[in-house]
Amino acid sequence: MSAVERDDRQSRERHWQEARDRLDGLPAGGLNIAYEAVDRHVVHGDGDTLAFRFLGEDGPPEDITYRQLSERTSRFANLLADLAVPAGSLVFTLSGRNPDLYVAMLGALKACCGVSPLFSAFGPEPVRQRMAAGHGRVLVTTASAYRQKVAPVRDQLPDLEHVLVIGAGADTLDAPGVHDLAALMERSSKDYEIPRTDPEDIAFVHFTSGTTGMPKGAVHVHAACVAHSATGRSVLDLQRGDIYWCTADPGWVTGTSYGLVAPLTCGVTCIVDEAEFDAVRWYGILEDEHVSVWYTAPTALRMLMKAGPAAHEGSDLGGVRHVCSVGEPLNPEVVLWGQRELGLDIHDTWWQTETGAIMIANVPGLQIRPGSMGRPVAGIEIALMQRDAGGERLRDAEGRLVPVAGFGDEGEIAIRTPWPSLMRAYLGAPDRYASCFADGWYLSGDLARRDEDGYVWFVGRGDDVIKSAGHLIGPFEVESVLMEHPAVAEAGVIGVPDPTVGELVKAFVELKGGFAPSEDLRRDLIALGRRRLGAAVAPRSIEFAAHLPLTQSGKIMRRVLKARELGLLEGDLSTLGSTP
Amino acid sequence: MNAQDSHDLVLRVIAQIAPDVDVGSLDEDRDMRRELDLDSLDFQTLVERIAEETGVQIPETDYPQVRSLRGMAEYVAAAGTPSA
Repeated sequence: MSAVERDDRQSRERHWQEARDRLDGLPAGGLNIAYEAVDRHVVHGDGDTLAFRFLGEDGPPEDITYRQLSERTSRFANLLADLAVPAGSLVFTLSGRNPDLYVAMLGALKACCGVSPLFSAFGPEPVRQRMAAGHGRVLVTTASAYRQKVAPVRDQLPDLEHVLVIGAGADTLDAPGVHDLAALMERSSKDYEIPRTDPEDIAFVHFTSGTTGMPKGAVHVHAACVAHSATGRSVLDLQRGDIYWCTADPGWVTGTSYGLVAPLTCGVTCIVDEAEFDAVRWYGILEDEHVSVWYTAPTALRMLMKAGPAAHEGSDLGGVRHVCSVGEPLNPEVVLWGQRELGLDIHDTWWQTETGAIMIANVPGLQIRPGSMGRPVAGIEIALMQRDAGGERLRDAEGRLVPVAGFGDEGEIAIRTPWPSLMRAYLGAPDRYASCFADGWYLSGDLARRDEDGYVWFVGRGDDVIKSAGHLIGPFEVESVLMEHPAVAEAGVIGVPDPTVGELVKAFVELKGGFAPSEDLRRDLIALGRRRLGAAVAPRSIEFAAHLPLTQSGKIMRRVLKARELGLLEGDLSTLGSTP
Repeated sequence: MNAQDSHDLVLRVIAQIAPDVDVGSLDEDRDMRRELDLDSLDFQTLVERIAEETGVQIPETDYPQVRSLRGMAEYVAAAGTPSA
């Protein structure tokens, strides 16, 4: 290691140590996210500050102060103890955005259980895959979500012992281990002392999709909140007194890291909207709730852009001080629209489920270059690593990764390890985890360029993963479900570009002998996808193909499907086998 | 187009976008997104297909009026009727 590299490393370590020193640590020793996010604000005399304002679809908002949040999360931690759920167990959540969901997540962290939030628009199959992989013992959900998404697969979830039902309807479920959450909360004590928590203890498991195989459960630990609170301040500019709205659902990592942990560790007030996207409603929330910091996604911004000026006519957005975006590349048109129409600079940020926290960003004060995701944040060093013509990582004679030669050259984003919020494992998949690292770098799979001022420009994914409305979708998961249909011989799933949501999921289907393409069959396949996977993951369109391109080993060549869809040259087809 | 025609049209388009849903059990006065598990993109597609079929454009500012099946059917019927 050179002297410069040693200095850089020491400077990164010092940065994270200083960020750690700004947190309190548990009275009992160690570090627990729930204490840093909730209880310590009460200790510091800020118990009456609003932690959350929940905006229901109808009716008045529900406000929760830090003190009330502390008591409710303690009740939840106590009820887990009463149910004899041991520390280290995984608690899954499957619900829309309501107060009990957030209370359960923080309460489980207090009890030193891991939390795995599931997206409420998932169908039964994604729910089953994730809960089975995580050996979930506890599920916090609603009666209707249980009935639709869990009951059909309950017999395949042998580890699930307790189902805690939010709201009414627990008595209508005829299933083992069902409890009425409100009744249990009522009986539990509001006093709870968080046990000593090792900063390396499991805190969250976020599932994410890859090109092949089933979703991977990225394991994050309590120490991650060091990075969440630091980037909450340095990137989101969160300050005392701020009213902050993160529009992401906790079923995705942004909704947890930056919808829950970062803002609460910074002691600000979070707005949570329980309703789905609606342009007029969103502008109303920004104005009426006096939102000062807003973290949202390109798809939402593009939908607002599409809604036109009528949707925000008369709205005063002057109270919004800082806007950030994440989830997919923020195209320059949106940045320019924000400046022109809303009078707001939109700051793009980049990170992944695996990185746990923001890695690259347009931080406040940095001049925005529309289309760039900014520069690495404090404490983070990146490099761009070369790939060869076939898309494989390039190695030198000693087998080491090779950084790109100059500015403007395309390479895979690599981040120097470690940092506090880096994932610690993929659940039950040590080989897949190990394959993300080489030579002391985490390899992201995202391709980018860097200009001479250090700004990073996103190029694309280095694999076949689809990004739709900011959500990662693994083509294999979708193909597997389509293959269950008796008429389907082969399925290939790709993302096709869409001006609003980035990519739309499209499936190419080859039928078995004796079946012919028809509108009914197409509808049948779309219905199957939606029923099993949920609307967020299912294909939006189906195209019947006489033959799908396969490699010699019989794998679908999605790259060829995509090239054909886009009318591009199909590139090197040397691995293409003869199709039947 | 009368209210019944537009009602049938909306149901037909929903069946194309989300063939998994059981429209028979739909409460016609409640938000279709919640009732039928439609996401924002499904709803957007519904609005676009309605526009293709009827020429009736529904601006985002009117979305609150068309969140329910009855609301959308009445909106399309009214907009599609020449005002003499």
